[in-house]
Amino acid sequence: MTTDVSASPPKSKGKNFALLSNRTGAAFFVPAGLLVSVFVIIPFFWVIFVSFTNRTLLGKTALSPEFVGLANYLTLFDPASFFQRGQFGFSLILTTQFVLCSALLGQALIGLILAWLIQTVPPAVKRMVETFVIGAWILPEVVIGFAWFAFLDYDNGTLNMILTNLGLPKGDFLLQQPFWVIVIFNTWRGAAFSMMLFNSAFASIPPSYFQAADVAGASSFQKFRDIGLPLIKGHIVTDLILITMWTFNVFTPFLLTNGGLSYKTELVSIYNYRVAFQDFQFGKGAAVGVIMMLINLAFALIYLSIGKKKTPKT
Amino acid sequence: MSNRIRALALGLVSATAMAVPAFAVDLEITCRCVIGGVNSATAQWIEESVIPGFTAANPGINVTLNQFGGEDAQLTQQLALDFSTGAGPDISGFDGFLIPSFAEGGLLKSLDELIGEDYANWEGWDHISPGIRSILSYGGETYGVGLGTDVRMVFVRKDLFDKAGIDTATWNPTSWADLIDAAKKLKEAGVEAPLQLNAGVAMGEATTMQGYWMALLGTGEGVTNDDGKFIVGSQAILDTLNLYKTIYVDDGLGDQRAQLLADGRNRTFANFRDGKTAMLVEGDWFYRSVTAPGAEFEVKDRDNVMTWKKMPAQEPGKGIRGQDAVSISGGTGYVINPNTDSPKEAWQFLSFMMSQEQMTAFQGFSPGIRSRDDVAIPDNAFLTETSQALLPITTARPNNAHYNAVSQEIQRMTEAVVSGELSPEDAMAQYRSAVIAIVGEENTVSTL
Repeated sequence: MTTDVSASPPKSKGKNFALLSNRTGAAFFVPAGLLVSVFVIIPFFWVIFVSFTNRTLLGKTALSPEFVGLANYLTLFDPASFFQRGQFGFSLILTTQFVLCSALLGQALIGLILAWLIQTVPPAVKRMVETFVIGAWILPEVVIGFAWFAFLDYDNGTLNMILTNLGLPKGDFLLQQPFWVIVIFNTWRGAAFSMMLFNSAFASIPPSYFQAADVAGASSFQKFRDIGLPLIKGHIVTDLILITMWTFNVFTPFLLTNGGLSYKTELVSIYNYRVAFQDFQFGKGAAVGVIMMLINLAFALIYLSIGKKKTPKT
Repeated sequence: MSNRIRALALGLVSATAMAVPAFAVDLEITCRCVIGGVNSATAQWIEESVIPGFTAANPGINVTLNQFGGEDAQLTQQLALDFSTGAGPDISGFDGFLIPSFAEGGLLKSLDELIGEDYANWEGWDHISPGIRSILSYGGETYGVGLGTDVRMVFVRKDLFDKAGIDTATWNPTSWADLIDAAKKLKEAGVEAPLQLNAGVAMGEATTMQGYWMALLGTGEGVTNDDGKFIVGSQAILDTLNLYKTIYVDDGLGDQRAQLLADGRNRTFANFRDGKTAMLVEGDWFYRSVTAPGAEFEVKDRDNVMTWKKMPAQEPGKGIRGQDAVSISGGTGYVINPNTDSPKEAWQFLSFMMSQEQMTAFQGFSPGIRSRDDVAIPDNAFLTETSQALLPITTARPNNAHYNAVSQEIQRMTEAVVSGELSPEDAMAQYRSAVIAIVGEENTVSTL
């Protein structure tokens, strides 16, 4: 476009192609801008502001909240109680374990294995597996929450019915092993995303690489280790960061365990909900929200910087 | 737009604008009551007696009952959020212990402020004792109208005791040890979960009232001391938690799962009904509503299989005020949404509901100790006996804006012990730091 319009000076290129005048453009922008500021920007700053007060919903501090500076943050990080059950540090550690087990080990690994395995099966089988796995991913949260609850129930649950019929003892999974229940649940729930991502990554590798390896007599594992993995490294990093962020913020386990038993499954998102909307401590809850946001921001920055590094090369 | 359509539209708009104020006022009332479910009698009373009676007398006012089927704590959560945003029903069932925190938080207006003269001149106040009126009051202001009060005790299955060779006619427990001994004998006789004392988060305030308080009062202590400071560390708390530990963890005398699962309270009812539990600490509501003939947890032939005992103190004379036995009372009633569009009409309905006529009608659905002295306690041996025996020794919860939040920490503390997650000492430490975070260290006291 710079070749034949040399006559007109390139003072502001954008304007030349503008369909509307600045004023009309602004008028069209106003409704969206208003919505975004009312529902996103103002609450965002409001939460940060509230996190510096001792505002609650009930009691004296509801009507006359006071500015308490960093007190909410200091309580959250109070070393005397940080690691105690039901405190911020406890759920932070729990969430880290949850992310490691269910996102990194569970979702990513299973997704990777599934994606690799369905490369070689007949298309019909491949489509069927994809349908099932994606089904787990697209169902509404509440539906699968109830489905899993019904599945795991001690008295009338499907799983225990199967176990009894096989002559095995019944298990009280939701009460005895709530943490592993939500780990398995989240793995089941999210493996589809990783599988799809890796699937398309594998599909982008030229088939001739594998044909050459076949000629050289490589085993399936060797092909996976020496051709598949190195070529989708970038996708793996992207996947890991995305699912880490999602799993970090996930709230659905609440539907299974209510954050219990006795804080055993109280992830930070559930902790945040409890503090803000069950204990009604808005100030402290807002502080938790701000910290969660900062953690997410860190993940997002890592993700973006990796994205930037990748683009100039390709 | 053609002229005809324009005229039609204008006509419609003006008609609706004129019609709404002239026609009807819509009122909504919510309670944790479902016909055929929880508090069925209350729902039936409102639906079949109060609303028809009211609309017959006030044709301009429509009243709808929202039957809330969730847990108490969930209704509290919903009301708190609704009242703070200007939403919610016009009138709602309400537990008295929540009044201080709601009033302090500006989520309720006193009836004086909201209604004024009509409230002050209501004939009902001449028939409601100051003590009962205080259940829905805080700081000298009245926030709602109480429906009645209650007492707590140990409900006992005679038939199961007979099986274990204990005669309930002569068995009168005077200490916790008596309860435990009986429970052990019952267990040997094949009763699955002989003794049930409420604990855990899922039951909400029922844990604190029917469980923790009933044990703690037997040690001579309350949740707060005489100066109104919250006790966060004491031998009494440890003894109470150890009682829980004995029942649920060490000796397996109670149904632990029923204290931990979301529908746990119903499980305790079902256990009692099915003969799996022989001693259940509950309020008189359990007799009046839960096990009543026709109810979901009806105990068949209950006059012959069911009786009650006073909750003994830890040891004779060791209870609060030096008592041998303890009980605690609460009370529920109805409040008016501070943001209602029609406070006058809401009060009209509420005062009609609490009139002598309607409250007497309520006795027909579910007999109980009612707030009005001109509503007779029906000829009911159970109610007469329990109110005479327990009202003199009963206790009330502190009228404190922080009580609700502290009560939730109590529920968490008991859950940690009952589930076997924490030792009583560790659970108390968890409680201590949580309560200090709520009320500030200067409002707490530790006697250890």
